[in-house]
Amino acid sequence: MVYLTRKAEFSASHYYHNPAFSAEENARIFGRCNNPNGHGHNYTLEVTVKGAVDPRSGFVVDLKQLKDIMNREVLDALDHRFLNKEVPDFFTQIPTTENLAIAIWQRLAPKLKTAQLHRVRVYETPDLFVDFYGEA
Amino acid sequence: MFSASHRLHSDRMSAEENVSTYGKCNNPYGHGHNYMIEVTVSGPVDQQTGMVCNLMDLDGFVREQVLDRYDHQNLNRLPEFADEVPTTENLCISIYQIVKRGFPRAHLERVRIEETMLNSFEYAGD
Repeated sequence: MVYLTRKAEFSASHYYHNPAFSAEENARIFGRCNNPNGHGHNYTLEVTVKGAVDPRSGFVVDLKQLKDIMNREVLDALDHRFLNKEVPDFFTQIPTTENLAIAIWQRLAPKLKTAQLHRVRVYETPDLFVDFYGEA
Repeated sequence: MFSASHRLHSDRMSAEENVSTYGKCNNPYGHGHNYMIEVTVSGPVDQQTGMVCNLMDLDGFVREQVLDRYDHQNLNRLPEFADEVPTTENLCISIYQIVKRGFPRAHLERVRIEETMLNSFEYAGD
């Protein structure tokens, strides 16, 4: 079993707000992230797939296909977007980095044919990242 | 880190299939990378030294058996790639086997290789 990781970057804005909370609760729990005008990050995405090495090609996965899937399913949908207002995944979910990692997993997992998705890692800033391995 | 060249080409495929599978990596003249290698070992901390293994031993082994073997070489010309395509998947497995066979002083957990800033590979045995 070999693991392959492909990195990509995208930039997006978001804010944290739960309509079930009062204005005071939103401000207390989410702090500066609750500013309704949003703020942005440069996100670094790491997608790790796993599988046996194909004896003919020597590949776990065709990297070009993986890049195309990441571009189409993730970067085209999220890059330079206001996540709360433009990306349906976050019309009802708060676009925390946790939920972003889960949404990216859900976008990628059904599209991968030859290798199995192992981990989605999303860096929100260089010193904060979230890992999701697909479990409930 | 070591720097090496390779060409991705399989004798088991037609010329067209090689191009469609490997794209630019099938260029007959080859191309190169700076490969960053991470070797992870595990084990109990030795009571006397406070170490899992002596880093000088691990550094020396990796330098002599891995870096000296691959640095500034054309991977396709090495015996381990006579019948295997020198993808970084297969390179990971080859380096894992070298360390596993030759360095018994700590348990080998995994070998990780960064081929470029965007692509990396890991092998932890089967």
